[in-house]
Amino acid sequence: MSTLRLNGETITLEGVDPAMPLLWLLRDHLGLTGTKFGCGKGLCGSCTVHLDGEPARACVTPLSTVGDKEVTTIEGLSSDGDHPVQKAWREHGVPQCGYCQPGQMMTAAALLERRPHPDDEDIDGAMTGNLCRCGTYQRIRAAIHTAAEGK
Amino acid sequence: MSSSDERSIDVVNLSGDLSRRRFLAGLIGTGGLLLGVSGQAACGTFASFAGTAADEPFAPDVWISLAPDGALTLVAHRSEMGTGIRTSLPMLLAEELGADWQNVRVLQAPGDRAYGDQNTDGSRSVTQFYEVMRRAGATARRMLEQAAADQWGVDVEQCTAAEHQVTDESSGRSASFAELATLAGEQSVPADGALRYRDRKNWRMVGGDNAVPLADEQGLTTGQGLFGLDVRRPGMLHAVIARAPVLGGTIESYDEDAAMAVAGVRAVVPIPGFQGPHAFQPLGGLAVVADNTWSAIEGREALAARFSSGQHGSYSSAGFREQLLATANDDGRLVRDDGDAAAALSRAAKTLSADYYLPHLAHAPMEPPCAVAEASADGCEVWAPTQNPQGARSEVANTLGLSEANVTINVTLLGGGFGRKSKPDYIVEAALLSRVTGRPIHLTWTREDDLHHDYFHTVAACHMEAGLDDDGAVTGWLQRSVFPPISSTFAPFGSPPARQGGGGELGMGFSDVPFAVPNLRVENGEADGHVRIGWLRSVAHVYHAFATCSFADEVAHARGQDPLESLLQLMGDDRMLDLSGVRGGRPPSQTHPWNVGRLNNVIRLVAKRAGWGRKLPRGRGLGIAAHRSFLSYVANVIEVEVSADGVLTIPKVHVVIDCGVAVHPDRIRAQMEGAAAFATTLARHGEITAENGAVVQDNFDTYQLATITSAPQEVDVHIVHSDERPSGVGETGVPPFAPALCNAIFAATGQRIRELPLAHHDLSWS
Repeated sequence: MSTLRLNGETITLEGVDPAMPLLWLLRDHLGLTGTKFGCGKGLCGSCTVHLDGEPARACVTPLSTVGDKEVTTIEGLSSDGDHPVQKAWREHGVPQCGYCQPGQMMTAAALLERRPHPDDEDIDGAMTGNLCRCGTYQRIRAAIHTAAEGK
Repeated sequence: MSSSDERSIDVVNLSGDLSRRRFLAGLIGTGGLLLGVSGQAACGTFASFAGTAADEPFAPDVWISLAPDGALTLVAHRSEMGTGIRTSLPMLLAEELGADWQNVRVLQAPGDRAYGDQNTDGSRSVTQFYEVMRRAGATARRMLEQAAADQWGVDVEQCTAAEHQVTDESSGRSASFAELATLAGEQSVPADGALRYRDRKNWRMVGGDNAVPLADEQGLTTGQGLFGLDVRRPGMLHAVIARAPVLGGTIESYDEDAAMAVAGVRAVVPIPGFQGPHAFQPLGGLAVVADNTWSAIEGREALAARFSSGQHGSYSSAGFREQLLATANDDGRLVRDDGDAAAALSRAAKTLSADYYLPHLAHAPMEPPCAVAEASADGCEVWAPTQNPQGARSEVANTLGLSEANVTINVTLLGGGFGRKSKPDYIVEAALLSRVTGRPIHLTWTREDDLHHDYFHTVAACHMEAGLDDDGAVTGWLQRSVFPPISSTFAPFGSPPARQGGGGELGMGFSDVPFAVPNLRVENGEADGHVRIGWLRSVAHVYHAFATCSFADEVAHARGQDPLESLLQLMGDDRMLDLSGVRGGRPPSQTHPWNVGRLNNVIRLVAKRAGWGRKLPRGRGLGIAAHRSFLSYVANVIEVEVSADGVLTIPKVHVVIDCGVAVHPDRIRAQMEGAAAFATTLARHGEITAENGAVVQDNFDTYQLATITSAPQEVDVHIVHSDERPSGVGETGVPPFAPALCNAIFAATGQRIRELPLAHHDLSWS
């Protein structure tokens, strides 16, 4: 039996293999499906969550390495979808299919915590590991600037 | 959907049809107005291989319900994979009806022929249903206005619907749609001639910017949008499948005990291989079923399954490339014959020729193929991201020996489709596993599965020849393309249909090449398919546009002319393209004729917007390309920077699109922006290769996608204001991109790129 600090709560885990990546715990055991599976190798960013506010790839984060770090998923980013990043995403019409966007928004939110007024270079540097097959990059960049102004 | 003739639109009042209402139970409420609308404007785009049945006595494509509480429900029969179609089509209806968008609900139809043509591919949803939606809206509006007129005893001509109510213009009194819904349901359907369509200048939503929010935007920004991978059912188990690396390979050995020893693994289930042409059948293999996805993946590792190679075990991309190029340089099957190209080429003062080669590509939607199936003894219910729910339904019914009536296909949001999710093989796999295990099964394709076993975009070689006279005029033209065709997936190996390019593929920017050359010959060479071949965003336009638009630039250089000026000269006068020289294939669209003037217009516009002709230093350059696809016209000017040591950046892409009436301009821009990134992937990085029959690329480290840094930094999109019929948008931004990019690289560095991806080329200069 172990515990996990998740989206502001502490939950108890029973019978879960500590080697299991956080992604599958979230999706298959806890039903938090906002965190997406895209590659399983930490190559696409679809599964990005925050560990103590830092972006992390849940698909290559074994539970055993989470320890008592606070895990934040897209479901815990805001109470009703009103984080400045989420609002900016809607304002700019960023999502096309939308599948990678939780990971994009989690990476963007962590960037803005670290650097409240990023320039294009900061944004490109932070977001370059988050793939979007629909190609929404231009709007992601614009939405991050808008979110920075709104913070 | 093969006819290019316009079909009539039928509207039927189903308000009192109890069996139809029972059919829709759960989707709509009781009472009020219920209309079914069928018919499709011609679209003449790529014929579907998936097939759609239009043989039902009356199969509406569109169902509209106006409930007694005023809620307007539209049953969405198209799949949402990122184009915004769940917004654009309802918006057309709401505009014509005079509905308040706040009262519009969009519900997703399950797969059923009763919902008309649901097969969402070929960039044809708006093309095909623009007029249907408007007719539906105008009809419902007239019925509401008539209901109000009857109630008030006034002439219907003085009653006007807007903002969810009908107003009597003479007295100013009004009645809400809610009050009128039931009375409207008692009206007979007015003839088309009695309908009043809103004038374009009065549109409030259609054609405007951000007039209505995307139907799914809240879910897509909160992690609540339901994709196929997100479906959960009580008692559900998770599965992954080990499949033969080589198409048609069979199981040789595996260690079931080792797999079962992995914690959480419940079963190892063999899945039979396909019979005959693979089509949409599962590939076969060994499924590992477990309590969670991770255990299933770990179990599959432990299984250490080995497979035989079968007949395709010697397929290797390097050797196949040589074969394709050799075939492309040999005489081929005649596809189009204008004048006498051979004679013109032999008489030419100057000739040039070039070969172009593009590799296989994978769709790689960010959500890989996946499905949830719940089979019982006499039925099966499925939740899946599918572009083709009716195809999924019939495949599941056939495989499980069920009647289609007992198979339900629920369509979730698609985390990308790009053509991959038109093929329901993965849905059949989940259904089979549920049947065998007696449990709901959640099947995941890992990224490795997706890249190893895709229905790949084909590999292609094109040979081009042009002859110039003493003045530099192009007098003769020969072009030949060779590629394993899509029909190799559906026809017996080695049979002519499995080796020859289909009329659909050749009609994609090749047999309809628009160049004004009096002697022009188009040919196709034969090639076998050794992996599953499918259709990917823009399909054959990808390689045909690359060859024709790149070679057009080579012609400009050969005759010492500015590429823009040369391109316009090659396109020739504004005219309807004469395609009488085309042999076989599908007839050109009657509703959307091939209008060279519209292509010339987007070329001139994009050149102007890009500041064509400005002087740029070495290492920077502009490239131009233009192409018609999916009945729309797109031109690109791309600006590149190539550092002396060969690092490429794409500061700006200029796009001009003419897609007729622009229904949802913001989504059109989004599709053009996205197409630039999608095409960046194929131009810079995209390549699937096989060795000994097996695909080499495993994941996004070896099959790289464009990132925020490798994609164009800025895409400027201009939409031509047009009153022409709407035409395709989702795919049409892709084809001109790669040739425009490579033409720009030539302008910047003098290096001509004839093979993709660019990752293989050293772009350094000195």
